[in-house]
Amino acid sequence: MTTTSATTPPTPAPALTPPTPSAAPAAPHPAPWPELVRAALLGTGRRTPPVAVRPGQSPAAALLDAAAVSTLRRRAALRPAPAGERPAPAPADPRPALPPAARRRLALLLADRGPGAEGRRGTDPDLTELLPQWLAAAGTHGYRAPEALLPALLDVARARTDLRPAALALAGPRGLWLARLNDDWKFALRGTAGPLALPDGTAPEAVRRRWEEGLFAERVALLTAVRRRDPQAGLELLATTWATERAEDRMLFLDCLGETLTATDEPFLEQALSDRSRTVRGTAAALLSALPGSALGARMAARSLACVRLSRPVPGGPGALAVDPPRVCDAGMQRDGVTGRPPSGRGERSWWLGQLVAATPLDRWPGHLGGRTPAEIVALPVAGDRRTELHDAWCRAAVRQRDAAWARALLGAPGDPDQAAAELAPAGSSRDLTKLLTVLPGDERARWVAEFIAVHGLADAFRMLGVCAVPWSEPLGRAVVDALDIARDAGSYPWSFSGVMGLAERCLDPAAADRLEMLTAVTDEPEGASPGAGGYWSEAFQRLVGTLRLRAAMHAELAGEPS
Amino acid sequence: MTAPERQEPHKANRPAQPPEPARPPKANEPPPPPERRQSAAARRRAERRLERIAAGATELEQRLEDLLHTGLSAALRTDGDGSGPGGAGSAGAWDETAARMVDAQAPGLAARARELGSVAGSGPDWPSRLLEGCALLHLLDQGFLDVERLPAALAATVRSRVGLTTEAADVLSGPDTVTVRDRWLVLAQRDGAEGPLTARRIYLRGERTGRMALHLSYGGPHRPLDVSLPPGVLLDAELAYYPGARPLRAALGARHAPAAPGPVPSGCGIDAALAAYGHALREDPWLDSWPVVLTDVTPLPGGPDGGWQLADADGESALPLDRRRLGRAALWQLVSLSGGAPVTVFGECGHRGFLPLTVWDPAPVPLSP
Repeated sequence: MTTTSATTPPTPAPALTPPTPSAAPAAPHPAPWPELVRAALLGTGRRTPPVAVRPGQSPAAALLDAAAVSTLRRRAALRPAPAGERPAPAPADPRPALPPAARRRLALLLADRGPGAEGRRGTDPDLTELLPQWLAAAGTHGYRAPEALLPALLDVARARTDLRPAALALAGPRGLWLARLNDDWKFALRGTAGPLALPDGTAPEAVRRRWEEGLFAERVALLTAVRRRDPQAGLELLATTWATERAEDRMLFLDCLGETLTATDEPFLEQALSDRSRTVRGTAAALLSALPGSALGARMAARSLACVRLSRPVPGGPGALAVDPPRVCDAGMQRDGVTGRPPSGRGERSWWLGQLVAATPLDRWPGHLGGRTPAEIVALPVAGDRRTELHDAWCRAAVRQRDAAWARALLGAPGDPDQAAAELAPAGSSRDLTKLLTVLPGDERARWVAEFIAVHGLADAFRMLGVCAVPWSEPLGRAVVDALDIARDAGSYPWSFSGVMGLAERCLDPAAADRLEMLTAVTDEPEGASPGAGGYWSEAFQRLVGTLRLRAAMHAELAGEPS
Repeated sequence: MTAPERQEPHKANRPAQPPEPARPPKANEPPPPPERRQSAAARRRAERRLERIAAGATELEQRLEDLLHTGLSAALRTDGDGSGPGGAGSAGAWDETAARMVDAQAPGLAARARELGSVAGSGPDWPSRLLEGCALLHLLDQGFLDVERLPAALAATVRSRVGLTTEAADVLSGPDTVTVRDRWLVLAQRDGAEGPLTARRIYLRGERTGRMALHLSYGGPHRPLDVSLPPGVLLDAELAYYPGARPLRAALGARHAPAAPGPVPSGCGIDAALAAYGHALREDPWLDSWPVVLTDVTPLPGGPDGGWQLADADGESALPLDRRRLGRAALWQLVSLSGGAPVTVFGECGHRGFLPLTVWDPAPVPLSP
C-alpha cells in the first residue's frame, strides 16, 4: 500500500479554516447557506455578514471561510433524490445479436452519415450508399440491432425516410420503446400506426371512428390496411362516407383499392363510372379495365375488336391488320372512361382507338385474330400508319393487366439486329419500355436489359437498370462492365456515366470485382479522347472495385463468416 | 439538501495539472525532497517559482475579499469601472488574474480564477455557484500560503491542486515510492481535448485492494498517447499513486502479465456512491466527484425536476445524471442499453450529479463522449 494516505491524519478539510474561537460573538452555529449567499450578494461592506470574524480578519475573509465550510458540509452530506416514475421495461427481442464484425461495420456506417459534400471523385467508397444495402441484408438474416447503436440508427431513420422501414425493422421492439421516450423519434411511432397496424387490433368501432375522424393521410393508411386484411370490409368502410367525400379524395381512395382489387369490387366501381367527377370516372374505368372478366372490359373489347380486323390481301397469303378507328365517342364510351378530346397534335379517332385497345382484355385478341399467339399478332403488318398507335395501346394494356406473354411479344428481342432502336421506340410513340419490362419475370427482365445494353449501349439503359433485381445477374453485370469499358475506350469522361456508375456500385454482384480489377489500370488515352479521361476512369473503376469488395465483406460479416 | 446540485461546468476530478508548454523540465517540479541532490541554480529557480505563486495566491485573496466586500452582484458588471473594486468580479478582470497566475506557473489557480469569471449570470443559482467557487479558491489560497503547516499528504494535494506537477518517473522511482500490485480492472478510458493536446483518462480498480486509480496521459502532435486500455481489460501490474491526501491519480509501473478480459465489476447503490464522494471530500475538499461503480441502477426519465436519473433497484433513491457533461448520444445509449432494466454503470459521482462513462451489457460499452 502507498503510505500517503496512511500517514495522513484524518484531518477534515475544513481544518484549513480554523474553528471559530469561542470568544467570537457570533452565533456558534454556522448560518444556513442561503443566508451566506445573500450576504455575499449584498457585500460585507454594506452589512456585517452572519459569520464569526476572527481578530485581524476582514469580514469578507470570514464570510469566505464560512462559505467554504458550508460548501463542503453540503457536498459531503448529499442525499439521494426521490426516484421518478419507472418506465415500463422494453419488451424482449429474441432475435440473435449481430456478429461482432457486422456490429463494428454498422457502427462505421452509422458514423459516416455526413452528406458526401466533396462529390463523387476519388477512390473511396461512398458509405452512405452502402447503409441501405447493409440494412436490407441484415433484415434477411433476422438480427436485432445492438442496443448501443439504436440512438444512431433512429437518428439515421429520422433523416432518411427511404431507410425508415429497414432501420425500424432492425431496431425492433426496443427501438420503438426508445422512440416513445424521445420526441426526436416520434416518427417511428407514426410508422407503426400506418399500413402495418390497425387500431386496437380489429375492433370495428375503433376502425370506424378513425375512418371518420382521421386526417386524410391516416385515412388512406387505414383503408389500405383494412383492404389488405379484408378487401370487402375495406370497400364497405369506404362506402359509408363515399357520398360526402370531396372529388379529389374520392379519386385517391379509389386508387387505394387498386392494390387489392377483387371481383366483388366491380359493382361499386361500375357505380363510380357515373360519378360527378371526371377524374373519379377515369380512375374507376382504369381499375375496371385491369379487373379480369369485368363487364367494362367486355364492353371495351366489343368496341375495339370491331375496329381491328384481319385482312388477307391475297387469299391464303400472309395476313395483315386493318384498323378502322371509331367515328364517334358516344356517351357509352365516355361513361366507360374514354376521354373525348385528344391532346393537341393527335387525331381524335386514333386517340379514341388507343383508349379502347388499352382497356380491352388482351386475352380477347388471339380468338379474334385466327388463334394467333401474341408474338404472331405483334408481328402482323398493320395497314396504313396505325402500327405505332396500335402497339402503344397494347403496351399500355400489357402493363395495366400485368400480361407477361404480351409484354414479351411487344418487347421482342433487343439483340436482334433486325429490330433497331427505332423499332423499340419509334417516333411519335408513347410506349414506356421500362414499365413494360416490369411485367416480365426478374431473370428474363435482366437478360433482356443485358442484351439491350450489348446492342444499344448505356445511354438509354439507366431506368431499365433501375428495375432489375439486385444484385445484378451475371450476364447483366457483364454487359454493364463491358459497356463502361467501351465508353472508356471511346474517350469520354466517366461522369457522363455517373448515374450508371452509382447504380453499379450498389447493384453489381461483388463477384464482379475481380474482373473489374483489370480495368483499374490507367490506359493509354485513345486518339481524340477527352484530356485526362484515362486517369478519371481508373479512379472511377477503383472506387467501384473498392465498393464491391466492401459489399462482399459486409455480406460475409453478416453471415458470420470469419473475415 | 435532498439532491446533488448541478453546478460549475468545469470538469470533475481534474487534478489541476493541465499540460504545460515545454520549459526547462525541472522548472515544473515541486520543491525537491531534501535528500535529492540538485544544482543550486535549479533550487533557486524552484524557490523563485514558489515565491511567485505565493504572491499570486495573495493577490487572489485580495481580489476575493474585494469581491465579497463589494458584493457578488458586482460580478455582473462587465467592464467600465475596472479600476474600482466592483471590477474585481467581472469576467475580464478574472481572465487578467488568470493570465498572471499562468505567469506565476500556477495553472491550477489560473483555471479556478478563469472559471469564476464565467459563473456570474450563468443561469439560475449563479450566486450560489459563484460563492462556492470563491470559497474553494479561498481555501486553496489559504492552504498554499500555509502549506508548511499542513500534514504532508494534504500539502501534496494542495501543491498538485495549485498546479505544481510531479513527473510520472518521479512517482514511480522516488525515494518514497510505494507501488501497489494488483489485478486492475479497466473501468473506462476516455479522451478529451485540452487545448491543443488530447488528455486520456483511464480509470482502474484493484481486484484485491478495491482501490480506484486514474491514469492520466497527454498526447499531442509530436507526442502520441502511449497507453491504451479498453474497458473490461484486467491488468496485473504495479501502480504508484501520486502523493496526496486522497490518492487517485497513479502512474503505471511494471506489468506482470498480458492484459486479459475481466469480469463485470461489482458495485454499490446510490447511497453508498454518495457516501464515497462524501468520504473522499473529507480528505480532498476540491474534489468535484469520485469514481464509482453502480450496480443494478435503472435510468429513469423525468425526476422531480424533469431531468434524467439513475435509480436504485428498490426504486426509491435516485441520482440525477449530470446533463451539463453528459451528451445526448451518451444519454440515449445508456437508456437504450438498459431498456428499462437495471444495469451496471461506472462513472463519476459528485455534487453535480452522476456522469456515466461505461455500461456493462454484459460486455463493457463505452458511452460516446
